[in-house]
Parts: sequence; C-alpha cells; structure tokens
Amino acid sequence: MQKLTTGRKVFLTFNYIILAIAALLCLLPLINVLAISLSSKSAAAAGFVKFWPVDFTLASYKYALSKPEFVKGFLVSLERVALGYIVNMVLTILIAYPLSKERANFRFRHYYAWFFIITMMFNGGLIPTYMTIKEVGLLDSIWALVLPGAVPVFNVILLMNFFRGLPKEIEEAAFMDGAGHWRILLQVFLPLSLPSIATVSLFVLVHHWNSWFDGLIYMNSPKNYPLQSYLQTIIVTPELNTLQTDQLLEATMVSDRTFKAAQVFLAALPILMVYPFLQKYFMKGLVMGAVKG
Amino acid sequence: MKKRLQELPLHIMLIPGVILTIIFSYIPIAGIVIAFQKFSPAKGIFHSKFIGWDNFEYMFNMPNFFGVLWNTIFIAVLKIIAGLVVPIIVALLLNEVGKQFFKRTVQTIIYFPHFLSWVILGGIFIDILSPSNGIVNEILGVFGLDPIFFLGDEDWFPYTLVATDVWKNFGYGTIVYLAALTNIDPHLYEAAVVDGANRWKQTWHVTLPGMLPIIMLMTVLSLGNVLNAGFEQVYNLYSPMVYSTGDIIDTLVYRLGLIDAQYGVATAVGLFKSVISFVLIVLANFLANRYAGYRVF
Repeated sequence: MQKLTTGRKVFLTFNYIILAIAALLCLLPLINVLAISLSSKSAAAAGFVKFWPVDFTLASYKYALSKPEFVKGFLVSLERVALGYIVNMVLTILIAYPLSKERANFRFRHYYAWFFIITMMFNGGLIPTYMTIKEVGLLDSIWALVLPGAVPVFNVILLMNFFRGLPKEIEEAAFMDGAGHWRILLQVFLPLSLPSIATVSLFVLVHHWNSWFDGLIYMNSPKNYPLQSYLQTIIVTPELNTLQTDQLLEATMVSDRTFKAAQVFLAALPILMVYPFLQKYFMKGLVMGAVKG
Repeated sequence: MKKRLQELPLHIMLIPGVILTIIFSYIPIAGIVIAFQKFSPAKGIFHSKFIGWDNFEYMFNMPNFFGVLWNTIFIAVLKIIAGLVVPIIVALLLNEVGKQFFKRTVQTIIYFPHFLSWVILGGIFIDILSPSNGIVNEILGVFGLDPIFFLGDEDWFPYTLVATDVWKNFGYGTIVYLAALTNIDPHLYEAAVVDGANRWKQTWHVTLPGMLPIIMLMTVLSLGNVLNAGFEQVYNLYSPMVYSTGDIIDTLVYRLGLIDAQYGVATAVGLFKSVISFVLIVLANFLANRYAGYRVF
C-alpha cells in the first residue's frame, strides 16, 4: 500500500466533493419538479418551492389521474411497449443469431449484415418515411409505432457480438448431439445470453416508453396518442393549451405548473421503477457488446 | 467429409427482418425521388411531376437556409466537444474513487438522466429555467444576478442546448471510458511506482495513454454527427423567439414538410443532410478501421 501524502488527501477530498455535486446536479432538477407537483397552487406559482413540497397536497396527481387523455395515453403507451417489446426482441434475436456465424458456416452472412447496416447509415428521411407509412395504411394504427422500428440494428449488433463471444465448443457439442440451429439458438444460446438480453430489454422498453414523435405524426387523432406524445402537446405548445387549461383549472386546487409537474413525474415513474433492476446488467452487457470490434 | 449444419434455417430466421426492413427502410429510400418532384399526395409518387433540381435551387435560395445550416453545425460541434471532454474527466475522477459503494451510487445516479425522454426533460427544463419562477433563476437571484431567459434569449439558447445535453448524457458517456480504464494492465501501475512515479505521473504516463485508443475512436466516430444537432431536444425546447440561433436542419425539414406541406422541398433539405452525413459516417468508419482496427460488425 502506498502511504497517502497530504496532496493526495486533498485531491481525494475534492474528488469526492466534485462527484457528489455532479450526482446532486443530476438529481436536484427531478427533486425540484417532484416537490412542485406535491405543492399547493399558490406556493408553486409564487416560486416558493425548492426541494421540499410547500403546503403538501396530492391534488395535482388526483387531477391528472382523473383526466381521460392522461389515462388513455398511459394505456396506449402500455400497449405500445408490450407489442413493441415482443416484436423487437423476437427480430433482434432472430437476426443476431445468423449474423453471429462465421462466413465459412454461413456464406451469405456479409450480404445480410450490410443489408441491415446500411439502414443505420442512410435513411429516406422524414417525408418519404411518412408517405410510406401512410401508403401502407398504418396511420392512426398502433402498428405505425411498432413496425417501422421493428429491427433495431444497434441492438442486433450488441447481441450478435455477445453471441460471437460464446465458446465455439458449446455449439459444436450441441451439434454433435444432433441439435439444429433452432435448438442451438433457443436452448443453448439464449439461456447463456441473459445479461445481454437484459441490456437489450432495457433499451427496447425505455425506447418504446419514451418515443413521442412518431405518435405525434402518425396518429391523426389525439385520442390515439401514447402518453409521451400527449405530454409533448401540453408541455411544449402552451399557447394552444394555456387558455383551455386555465379555464379548466380555475375551479380546482391545481395550477398549470403543479399539474404539468405531476404529469411529468408520472410519465417518468415507470422508468424510475425498471431502472434499478436492469441497470446492473446494462453496464456489463453494453461494454461487452459495444467495445469489442 | 465433415457434416455441417445446414444454412437454410439461418435464411428462414432472417426472412421477417428482411421483409420489414425492405418495407420501412428501403422503400422510403426509394421515396427520395420526391425531392425531384413537385409532389402532391393526391397524385402520389408515380404521377407527380418531375422538376429536376428545382427543389434544391429553392432550398439554397431560402433566406434562412445557410443560417440554419450554421446553427446545426455550431450546436452539433459544441455538443460533440463537450460530450467527449466531460465524460472523460468524470471517468478519470470516478477511477480514483476507492470506496466502491460511493462509486456505484454516483454511477447509478449519473447514468439515469440518459433514460428520460426529451419530452419529460423538456417539461423539467422549461419549468426550472423559467425566468419568472424557475429555481435556477431563483438561485441566480440569491447572488444578485438578473433573471436569464435561457430558452427564450437567442444568445443563450445554443449554450442552453449544449448544457442540457451534457446534463442528460455525460454520465452515460463515462461507461466506455470506465471500461477502458478497468482494462489497463495493473502491472503498468506497479512498474510506474517502482520507477518512482507519483499519482499525477501515473495518470499522465499510464492512465491517459491507456485510454487514448478509445478516446481517438470516439472522436473519429463522432464525425458522423456533425449535422445531428439533436432534433428531439431542440423541438421540445425551442420557440419562434430563438429560431435565429436555434433552428436546425431537422426542425426545418419538419416544419417545411409536415406543417407547410412543401413535401418536395422538405425531402430535398432532408436528402442534403442525409448525403453529407452518409459521407461523414463512411469516412469516420474508414478512419476508425484504418487507425484503430474498429469494425461495425
């Protein structure tokens, strides 16, 4: 062990302080908004709320949960996450497995690989993509939010690299026992790949929960908006909504500010809930998949 | 002859993905012809009139086009630089922490903002940066500073974008550098100690050289993002007040195409960006492969 010099001690103290500040800077904006959402209308409007609720009340949450648009959006989002998760995971696994083979064992590997990689480097852009989805007849359908992004190429690469890292002997042994590709994939590769699957799961779930732009442009009718698209319209286009909400809010105990804060926090809640369970996997899974060339 | 696994099941596994990719990625690429048409949705892609390069001529003659192009590059390049420097510094600091509990707690907290959408963060930042009752200006007020309209002042807006982007992504960005740090051979540090190197010298002569390849790689690969100023962020934070410094190519395409229904021009502007980005990405990957042995797959 090296003996700590005075300089080292000073450095370490500062280091701990700087990192603690960095972590606090990440948390405080969230705590501030949470505190506002739990405060009374007048305290929030006057700017009295810092990091602890003033005149604690759940009125904003009750109001948000009683709003049909909010509840409907929540349900659409859940449906989207469920469908999107299944479609993304099935396709990611089914594509990653063949692409993880050596060229000697799968002669067309490189053609398929380029076929998918090119879509990461070049795309049709907003208008041609929109027109395609319109022509296919998906406007206003939940599938417009699921199918266009059905093949998440980045996740495919992640899982493919993980598959490639598995010892070749395992596959050969299974082959000797008479297993075909389907059985090797389902009964050998998948059970061994749980950290990587967990990582990809986190990305896919978060992606579908967080997406808002596709909902905004592909859903003609706001009643089909997922939660984040609905939130986008109330947060970012205030000119259109202030009048309406102010009139609605007049009779309640809720201000526009506390109401927005409550909805923002509710929309972040599912992520807050899955994050602690999945985060221990993703560091491992991500590094294994992404850093290896 | 050695028996081999059949290749047919591999093709079958790929079929659904290939079909969906053709429909939702390759057909839109073919749809780029809209950029060369006077496109109207009623006539469709097959009956709209071809007008050659007119849409591109219109694009270059728009009074705001070069301003928007400049905003895009300015914001994107600042984000790239900040997005490289801050995570490297934080990773170096985290690497010096001996207490594992503290290190893990900090990591868990600073990774988290990456997983929140720009809609949620838009809601948060619009609130905390408000000049009338936002907490940031309340705190500035304690120090006797006048309120700053971070999201409504055209001089502040680009820097607000960079700062909020760093806030969201710096923690997550440390992951690759921390991985590189744990891969440095501990014997190198022991050898350095034997040679009488103190902590600073160890950092300078062992840690930084050990991180250099990944730093170079991340720098080169970020070249592909020079025209990506961050649509989702800008769209949720900007307003007509800050168009002069905050409007970017992607938001311009959105407004031209889906608000003004100028489909041909919007596609042309989008194509202009896609082509330049494509060239940059190919160049970045070529350089990364050449000098760092990096391969996408």
